[in-house]
Amino acid sequence: MLAYTVRRLLGTIPLLLAASILTFLLIDLSGDPLADLRVQQPPVPEEVIKAEEARLYLDRSLPERYVLWLTGIGGNGDIGLLRGKFGPSVQGADYDIGHALAERLGTTLRLVSAALLLALGLAILSGVISALRQYSMVDYTLTLIGFLALAMPTFWLGALIKEAGVWVNQQTGYTIFYTVGATSADTRGFTTAQLLADHLGHLVLPTLTLMLTGYAAWSRYQRTSMLEVLNSDYVRLARAKGLPNRVVLRRHALRTALIPLTTVVAVTVAGTVDGVILIETVFQWRGLGDFFVEAIKRNDSYALMGWLMLSGTAVIIANLIADLLYGVLDPRIRYE
Amino acid sequence: MSDLHPPASTPAPSASAASPDPVDRSAEHGQLRMVATRFLRHRMAMASLTVLVLTVLFAFLGPLLWPWDHTVHREILPNQPPSWAHPFGTTNAGHDVLGQLMRGTQQTLKVALTVSVLATAFGALWGAVAGYYRGWIDAVMMRIVDVLMVVPLLVAVAAISGNVRGGTTWWAVALIIALFSWTTIARVVRGVVLSLREQEFVEAARAAGASDARIVLHHLLPNAAGPTIVAATLLIATSILLEASMSFLGFGIQAPDISLGLMIDNARTAAFTRPWLFYPPGLFIVMICLTINFIGDGLRDALDPRQTITRR
Repeated sequence: MLAYTVRRLLGTIPLLLAASILTFLLIDLSGDPLADLRVQQPPVPEEVIKAEEARLYLDRSLPERYVLWLTGIGGNGDIGLLRGKFGPSVQGADYDIGHALAERLGTTLRLVSAALLLALGLAILSGVISALRQYSMVDYTLTLIGFLALAMPTFWLGALIKEAGVWVNQQTGYTIFYTVGATSADTRGFTTAQLLADHLGHLVLPTLTLMLTGYAAWSRYQRTSMLEVLNSDYVRLARAKGLPNRVVLRRHALRTALIPLTTVVAVTVAGTVDGVILIETVFQWRGLGDFFVEAIKRNDSYALMGWLMLSGTAVIIANLIADLLYGVLDPRIRYE
Repeated sequence: MSDLHPPASTPAPSASAASPDPVDRSAEHGQLRMVATRFLRHRMAMASLTVLVLTVLFAFLGPLLWPWDHTVHREILPNQPPSWAHPFGTTNAGHDVLGQLMRGTQQTLKVALTVSVLATAFGALWGAVAGYYRGWIDAVMMRIVDVLMVVPLLVAVAAISGNVRGGTTWWAVALIIALFSWTTIARVVRGVVLSLREQEFVEAARAAGASDARIVLHHLLPNAAGPTIVAATLLIATSILLEASMSFLGFGIQAPDISLGLMIDNARTAAFTRPWLFYPPGLFIVMICLTINFIGDGLRDALDPRQTITRR
């Protein structure tokens, strides 16, 4: 197991390296960060553009720029992923991309962790209920909800939930639901309890939206795997031994039925990244999703590359954890 | 919508070309008829297919029959709730929402179908070659797939199209989505081909002197048609949602052209004030994706050889 873990960990290095090449080519070849500056009216002096090109390292060749971006060797000390520097931004020399990313990471993590945990809990619950009451009214209803959530555009659902919140606020005259931003605009003078309540209040509606995207797929998987386990011989044996139904379900059936879900959840992390971008746009959160959209609109190449590396690393780590967990959870899996 | 029928039509020519034996041919027909029968008996899938065909007719024939198109007209009273003249109301600028809906659905469907065809063709070939050769070719090809899958789909697509300045057309959107979505198909096909290549008919073809290209194109791919078609169908739903998300973020199809995602973006805050702008495009997306998912389910059941003929 230890050897396997080490091997898998080492295996992520070439994957990360390949992802960095893909990221670099994708962003570098698809846009010119100074496109807006070049066509600006009245025209910007040639020297200014030359200076910007030098500051953004655009005067170097493509392979040179990639090596520089990755290692920072030969740069001005503001670039080099391996040194923890993300590179210069089109927004000026004082704008630190790494700092901006770190600032927004917390906001997004709050949303993602709340939504994923809730989605996971609800998916397991409804998947198990669906499997236990197969072909009943409950099963059909939950199936329909799952299919609907799978077919619904995240942003449309988000906009609907947000407007519903606004509508409730207008009808009652109180701010029951917070519909804009991750926190109130002015949190000065808040006590810790008030701050916590403010954060939680702003979380409710976006979490609800993001939750449904993960829930849809996971509850279907949970239902299938639970059904498979319930029809297996060892569950029948546990029943035949005379174990109470509760014990059979919890200790024998559910424990095994949860194993396939680890892989499915890891795969959905990439989908969650997509969801975060859309939901932060709808609810006007200043998180990583918003950062991404802004960076695209500004043509901020190094910011985009840094962002892509961050999300890519998250996806790779999620898959790694799932693979390792799978080995721990499933005793049938042996690594030699 | 002819591409939803391939279980009954496409595999036949290639499969029978591979086995000109008349006995084998009738067996092939019997199997195809069984698949068709199973699909026809799948009530949910058949109902979905009917709705989808109606939607396609609405999107492609509708604009020919309806007097208003998706552009602004001075004769249209702005901001009107649904009426007989404009069954889905009008927008602030003076669009007829029904006209927009027809054009939007059309553009969305065009993108989704193009993506599905392009990504399936490329992904199936990629997966089949990787699975057939195995060894280091497979390792390299599938690592490329792994790396592409590390970047979330919407992120990759938005990063590229955000940089395509000066208006994105529907085929550019389709190309960009296809560029990143073939990987799922490649994985599915590789998995199937890995087990197919060990079977006797491949050995027989090789013994008969068939080239690698012939084995991949005429023997492996037709036999992997079932799972491929199911994956391709589900890809249509994925790309519809993806196209809508891109338009919503402002990186997809641009005004004055229209897509369902763009319509939602324009009506973002109108859910309670002007519901006729907000609900129809969203409900159309939900309807199209739901029907496609049900059809995919039906196809999966129908193409699964372990299923009995009388299911549902």
